[in-house]
Amino acid sequence: MTGGGRRVVITGAGTINSLGHDVPSTLEAMREGRCGIGPLDLRDVERLSVQIGGQVKGYDEQAHFNRQQIALYDRFTQFTLLAARQAMAQSGISFSGEESEMSGVVLGTAGGGVNTWDENYRTVYEEGKNRVHPFVVPKLMNNAAASHVSMEYNLRGPSFTVATACSSSNHAMGLAFQMIRSGMCRAMLTGGSEAMLCFGGVKAWEGLRVMSKDACRPFSANRNGMVQGEGAAVFVFEEYEHARARGAEILCEVAGFGMTADAADIVMPSAQGAERAMRGAMREAGLAPEQIGYINAHGTGTAANDKSECASVSHVFGPAADRLMISSTKSMHGHLIGGTGAVELLACIMALRDGVIAPTIGYEEPDPECALDVVPNTAREAKVSAVLSNAFAFGGLNAVLALRAA
Amino acid sequence: MELRDKVIAIIAEQAMLEPGDVSLDNSPADLGIDSLGLVESIFAIEETFDISVPFNANAPEESEFDISSVAAIVAAVERLVQKQHASA
Repeated sequence: MTGGGRRVVITGAGTINSLGHDVPSTLEAMREGRCGIGPLDLRDVERLSVQIGGQVKGYDEQAHFNRQQIALYDRFTQFTLLAARQAMAQSGISFSGEESEMSGVVLGTAGGGVNTWDENYRTVYEEGKNRVHPFVVPKLMNNAAASHVSMEYNLRGPSFTVATACSSSNHAMGLAFQMIRSGMCRAMLTGGSEAMLCFGGVKAWEGLRVMSKDACRPFSANRNGMVQGEGAAVFVFEEYEHARARGAEILCEVAGFGMTADAADIVMPSAQGAERAMRGAMREAGLAPEQIGYINAHGTGTAANDKSECASVSHVFGPAADRLMISSTKSMHGHLIGGTGAVELLACIMALRDGVIAPTIGYEEPDPECALDVVPNTAREAKVSAVLSNAFAFGGLNAVLALRAA
Repeated sequence: MELRDKVIAIIAEQAMLEPGDVSLDNSPADLGIDSLGLVESIFAIEETFDISVPFNANAPEESEFDISSVAAIVAAVERLVQKQHASA
């Protein structure tokens, strides 16, 4: 570690997404290269031109929450709370007294309560009603999930929500990391959530004409766009000495964070902005390119992202790019937009802890513009000691995390 | 207004040019229309002619909608109007 500051480790992880309702089932799906993307089951799906997505299946909100909670929890909040519950249980941490004042929750989401917006717009516009449920605002607000997590676990320190489109979760986790590193906080619940798979949420994306109608095939020459997903992942980030003193199991270390803005275009990515973010994360972590064994790519499966991301990785890593593995797990769980970096961090933890590199599935044809080892179709066993997780958002906002094995 | 003139008017508006300055052999790029501008023009074409245009920005060359020149776009719109309004 360079530059001083406290060390930050991860002591708990939780998730729900199209691959599984917890971390073990999600990692098993990633190891098996299973695809969570399928036909969308939602109201008015026949009026959508894109009818696939990585939807959370077999989910019954009533199995997890009571009537009063459901009245207040949008689907993105429910996902967050379920993931937070798992992360807290694994970590074994609890918050009281001064400890709770030095701990908080920073989460990412791009859309917040999109389902709540959608349902209530139907009520007033489609059904012509002039009255909506009294809790519409507290249910749809982007910070609802963070607030409910803070209430559930007595987190009284810095708490808020970050919305930077597809980089939201990485920005959230990067800020949580910095707060512990600086000594401001002792532990943070962090990650992100998205639940945008409703008629309006998919219809809006259709408009840009960047969505695939059949599959997400990152880095493949025949890729034809991104596929949306939904779900959440939440982690317990904790100051290293604190975790050690209480005998917590350490999943991995968060070692660096880089964030930049392209300042160029509202939708087209810039390789330079991505490069600076990767270099920034490695610099803070004190890691050289040769030490990075794996990158969890942003890898959306669009023509523009994958080409630009590979160019920036080749440029940053130089000759070391030949020994680097880079995969996009969006091929399996879809693009969770504001929650995506959080679910993808699970693949990074699996690489560091279990020595298993999640594959890029759906890979069919090599693309000379993506000439890196993209771990096509099948997971691979490999020992890696440091990894990066990339997120490059619309609006040119880039956020990259660097992690090390515990 | 003829179909061709309507298409040219949509493209001219996107390019911030007078319709008279748009020639049939121009490509969208010649007129300074980027990928986002193209997607917006296609939306305007769909709304104007009440048609659905098959176009994926990830693989424009593989879409059934030829965007290589203004003339190609006009021809593609003519075909779609004929096809989609005949079946309606």
